[in-house]
Amino acid sequence: MRSWNSHIQVSNLTVRYDGHAALSDVTIDIPDQKITAIIGPSGSGKTTLLKSFNRLLELDTNVVVTGEVRIDGENIYGPGVEVTHLRKKMGLLAQKPTVLPMSIYDNVAFGPRLNGRPGRERMDEIVRTHLVAVGLWNEVKDRLHKPADRLSVGQQQRLCLARGLAVEPEVILGDEPTSALDPRSSRTIEEKFTALKSRYTIILVTHILRQARRLADYVVFLYDGRIVEHGPAGQVFGTPREQLTREYIEGIFS
Amino acid sequence: MRMWARKLKQISAVVLMIAAVGVFFLIFAAIVIAILVKGLPGLSLDLVTKLPESGLYLGGGGGVLNAIVGSLLVGFGATVLALSVSLPLVLFINLYLRRGARLAEAVRFSLDVLWGVPSIVYGACGVAVMLAVGMRGSLLAAVVVVALIEVPILSRAFDEVVRLVPRELDEAVLSLGASLRTLAFRVVLRAVLPGLVTAALLAFGRGIGDAAAVMLVAGYQDGIPANPLEPVATLPLAIFFLVSTPGAQARGYAAGMVLVLLIVFFSLFSRYVGKRLSSHRIGD
Repeated sequence: MRSWNSHIQVSNLTVRYDGHAALSDVTIDIPDQKITAIIGPSGSGKTTLLKSFNRLLELDTNVVVTGEVRIDGENIYGPGVEVTHLRKKMGLLAQKPTVLPMSIYDNVAFGPRLNGRPGRERMDEIVRTHLVAVGLWNEVKDRLHKPADRLSVGQQQRLCLARGLAVEPEVILGDEPTSALDPRSSRTIEEKFTALKSRYTIILVTHILRQARRLADYVVFLYDGRIVEHGPAGQVFGTPREQLTREYIEGIFS
Repeated sequence: MRMWARKLKQISAVVLMIAAVGVFFLIFAAIVIAILVKGLPGLSLDLVTKLPESGLYLGGGGGVLNAIVGSLLVGFGATVLALSVSLPLVLFINLYLRRGARLAEAVRFSLDVLWGVPSIVYGACGVAVMLAVGMRGSLLAAVVVVALIEVPILSRAFDEVVRLVPRELDEAVLSLGASLRTLAFRVVLRAVLPGLVTAALLAFGRGIGDAAAVMLVAGYQDGIPANPLEPVATLPLAIFFLVSTPGAQARGYAAGMVLVLLIVFFSLFSRYVGKRLSSHRIGD
């Protein structure tokens, strides 16, 4: 019945920190080449769900993940999964921009260099393409070899996006990627997301409901580690089925 | 009334802090002046450029070049050795272990304990091992034992810097599909290089000035060791011998001054290198 293909299938995913369940029995399909917004109050498990997609959760001790996350049909928590290979498919854009302690050029080139060294000209081309894609090229083309942390915060976040895209991922994970940015930089990032969704599956954690309304094709509403409701954005925002969803999107609680 | 009380509290806190700073500088100045007053009369070019002649320790001629070179050899050797243990250790507990791992805490706790162990105990352990393998006091033994003394200092100082690296940076790098090795050596090490240099020079300063352990394991000789298995002179021991001989005391204090100057030099050097490296990272 549905008009889209799913890219990521989550089934019965439960995540516990020190025995406390941050996510309980989450089952959901994430549509391919659409923007899916994960919304919900803070502490509802949004970021945990996002980080379960590229197995960043396992950097901590005492985290127990059960259930399945299938990406391109493969359970990423199954045995024999190469985690670096998985992560190359998933670009992450964090809350605060995290540029690497090196030049602007080297930031973008970092990912491609992990898979052998493309030639000088090829690398220049890769760096240029992705800086153009995030609208940063004209601002930085004369100082590519200057340290990246000299850029403004908004520019740094776009650089992080370019760095992620240079790995040629299939999925972009955004963890409240505009929360540290000024309104203009936020809008630039939002525009980039809209432009990118024709080629990537985008999953966006956001606490800004208006941002979810502007960008999302599909919405997942989490509350206390459980999915309360999910569906096409128009339906969830227009005619929510659950009382809790309605109260949240009407701003009765946040 | 309450405004008054609050103001008084604030002022008295500031006064206390200023007093503490004053006391600190007073002590520092007293030490420097004492060393200069006692040391300058005994200082001569011979002292720092000549090996001891027979009878130096009885007030005869010659200098303590053997001890200066010996201390530098022990200091450098030990710091290089300590670095080769501390660097992988700290990167391992911070990056390869999961965050909050018990093993990492156990390592930190052990390092803290080792930091507190007096160096004479390291020396005694060194002697026990040397007796067991039939080795005499030597440069090699001194380098190994002083390296052990330096490992906790170097590791903990370095660990504190690595722990300041934001976890978001780790996540960003790993999200690009990088291995832990790439994260550790190509990104984190680069980010903390100034801190590593500072930690290494801190440990070096501690190593070069250590007296108790080298007294037991380094031996002593009037020449410069031709190979690592020969005994080696060190400045703290030279100072000890000179100061405890009535006719040679002035030169003992002068040797002490040389040691202090070496430490001051390396501290300044570490600050300079640290600044250069960090400005290299942030600026251009």
